[in-house]
Amino acid sequence: MSARIDETGIKIGMWLFLYSEIILFGGLFVLYAVYFHEYPEHFAVGGKELDRIIGAINTVVLLVSSFTVAASITAIQRDARKHTIGLLLFSIFCGFIFLINKYFEWGAKIHHDIFPNSETLVNGEPGLNIFFGLYYVITGLHGLHVIIGMILLSVSLALVLMGKVNKSRFAMLDNSGLYWHLVDLIWIFVFPLFYLVL
Amino acid sequence: MKNIPLRENVMDQEEKHHVLSYAQLGAVLAVLLVLTGITVGVSYVHLGFLNVPVALAIACTKVTFVLMFFMHLKYEGPIIVISFLSTVAFLMIMIGFTFWDVAFR
Repeated sequence: MSARIDETGIKIGMWLFLYSEIILFGGLFVLYAVYFHEYPEHFAVGGKELDRIIGAINTVVLLVSSFTVAASITAIQRDARKHTIGLLLFSIFCGFIFLINKYFEWGAKIHHDIFPNSETLVNGEPGLNIFFGLYYVITGLHGLHVIIGMILLSVSLALVLMGKVNKSRFAMLDNSGLYWHLVDLIWIFVFPLFYLVL
Repeated sequence: MKNIPLRENVMDQEEKHHVLSYAQLGAVLAVLLVLTGITVGVSYVHLGFLNVPVALAIACTKVTFVLMFFMHLKYEGPIIVISFLSTVAFLMIMIGFTFWDVAFR
């Protein structure tokens, strides 16, 4: 090996980036917590507006895709290239399902005149306005992360197909996987906080 | 869980990767799905003040499983583990101090 690849270094770099993501969403959750403390009744009313079945389906979709991404990394380490490709395609497909659900969910809300700066929210209770404001910001930022995660997984998939990601070098796939799991981690908190508050 | 092969070969060019089997990953997924079912089920029961702590406790358990196995944290070296725990500690300080302010204002 002419140039030694520092795999630990690559991984630490990715984790450092993930820490900044954790703090970014952590800050938004603090905002949520403080306003929840201030307007508990309105947050409960807002939470009941959200469809907990769609929320639960999206949770399952993300958990399953996290599993298939983790399995694709096991597959590449075992040199099972076809499994890796299949598992990655399925994971990206799960990302699409998640976004389609989100599209219908947001669409229904917007149809009911519930969106930032809408008549209903501006003239309604301030607690509800804040609840839905946070809902759009946090699920929107999370949705953006889902899209970025899908792009990273697609790039990894392309590199697997080109043979550049293989049994002995798979840091790109490994790090894309870590990003995808982070998206899952954030959703694990978003789901109970928004959909299951009473 | 199997014992982690301790870091005998760390000095080698090739570092050892711990490979989790499909069955192990599947078991983790099963646990996560069961916990999701529990958290949705519990949300229909009115526990009053306890609702949020219960939901958060289940979420923290799920996150721990994802971190340990899907994200391999259980098998990483001390640098990643310690820096991760420091991030969590910082998050706790941020949340704790904010609540300190809000609760006693």
